[in-house]
Amino acid sequence: MMILYSILILAGLGLVLGLMIAWTAKMFAVEQDPRVEKVLSMLPGANCGGCGFAGCADFAKALAEGRAEVGGCPVSSKEAKGMIASFLGLAVSDSVRKVAVVLCGGSSSLARKAAEYNGISDCRSANLVAGGAKGCRYGCLGLASCARVCPVNAIEILDGLAIVHPELCIGCGKCVKACPRNLIKLVPENAHVHVFCSSRDKGADKKKVCDVPCIGCRKCVKAAGENEMLVEGFLVRTNYEKPPANDLPVRAGCPTNCLQSGFPLAYLKKQGGMPGEKEEKVA
Amino acid sequence: MGKDLLLITVGAILVNNFVLSKILGICPLLGVSKKLDTALGMSGAVIFVLTLATLVTSLFFKFALSPDSALAKATGFNFDFLQTIVFIVVIAGLVQIVEIIMQKKAPKIYSALGIYLPLITTNCAVLGAAVINAKEGRGVIESTIFGFCSAVGFALALVLFSSIREKLELARVPKAFQGTSIALITAGILAMAFMGFAGLVK
Repeated sequence: MMILYSILILAGLGLVLGLMIAWTAKMFAVEQDPRVEKVLSMLPGANCGGCGFAGCADFAKALAEGRAEVGGCPVSSKEAKGMIASFLGLAVSDSVRKVAVVLCGGSSSLARKAAEYNGISDCRSANLVAGGAKGCRYGCLGLASCARVCPVNAIEILDGLAIVHPELCIGCGKCVKACPRNLIKLVPENAHVHVFCSSRDKGADKKKVCDVPCIGCRKCVKAAGENEMLVEGFLVRTNYEKPPANDLPVRAGCPTNCLQSGFPLAYLKKQGGMPGEKEEKVA
Repeated sequence: MGKDLLLITVGAILVNNFVLSKILGICPLLGVSKKLDTALGMSGAVIFVLTLATLVTSLFFKFALSPDSALAKATGFNFDFLQTIVFIVVIAGLVQIVEIIMQKKAPKIYSALGIYLPLITTNCAVLGAAVINAKEGRGVIESTIFGFCSAVGFALALVLFSSIREKLELARVPKAFQGTSIALITAGILAMAFMGFAGLVK
């Protein structure tokens, strides 16, 4: 008898609760835009936040409500964007895929240190302590603040220098915000020639602390087409609106090897040397 | 009555703190204590669910499961062995219903509590509070206050612990102790600190 009662009580309880849940689910159902889910399935799902929304789901919702543009997603391929746009009946705002690049070539063996830093292993705190260990006050501190925020692990720290691997980079821009020295720039994917230096010091001063600075000799400016390289004080920069051809570093003959295509000198050295490079002088 | 309630309050928050002296609800303590923000969200969800759960389960206990309830008298049987399963079912069902209603009527609170609300449903702290109430034979009001205060105690421990862990992120921890092991040691020291309250309530 007791067993029967127990079974009845539990069965009754389950039935009542089940019915209540079913009823409330029906009564208090929240209508959702059915397009949101469709759009979400077409987004990359990286949840990197590069669009400025809290993950892909939020972005999909904003897209469906017309608060965002399809081009806002830095990760989606062109085809995916086109699909989403035609699904929602929107125009695609065309955007070239952007990748991050660290504009410094001063690895530990190429740039000199001015001090020892023993604090928290993070660029932002190192930068607070008298500007960190590097002799160059513009250079990469190499403590991997950018690498840690990268959602796809596209940043390598090689010999105390942060290097972005553009083939992995999704262009979300988190590292740009993380770098206390503002060395990281988002550049169009098709621009490969970079001046791996951000120092605004005079050429001679730069040479004292670094083997691979831009000394502003303008050899590359002369070798490049009109307006392809821009001079900013003692520093030359690639004009990313109109990037020069990939063979510019070879043609220009940069005396400090600061101008490189794709990767800074420290990385190319690790890859087995590069043509015309002088022998390493460190014994 | 007033003195009893005060004893329950102090006892539940400080002396018999759920996490630090009863070792209930350790999973969220270690799981969601890396950031203060998430710890606060979790605390809110726990306070909400635990108060609600103790209220409803004590009602059930009073009218159906306790040896001198109406049901026991009517049938002549004692159903208190059904306690655990009934409590679990009731708490789970109830939270589900409340969640659905909240999503519709109070979306702000819903999104603030977020994923923690369904997660906490099956937490041992919630069931623990209900079972302790039944064991102590507390009335409905006392049970609810105990549930609320236990949850506040849980929230206190969680917020303290997550603040410490946030600081630990910046500390130089020896390699062997990094991660969960230093968290467990911290929890142990925190629990020992809470032992200082032991004499407050008998």
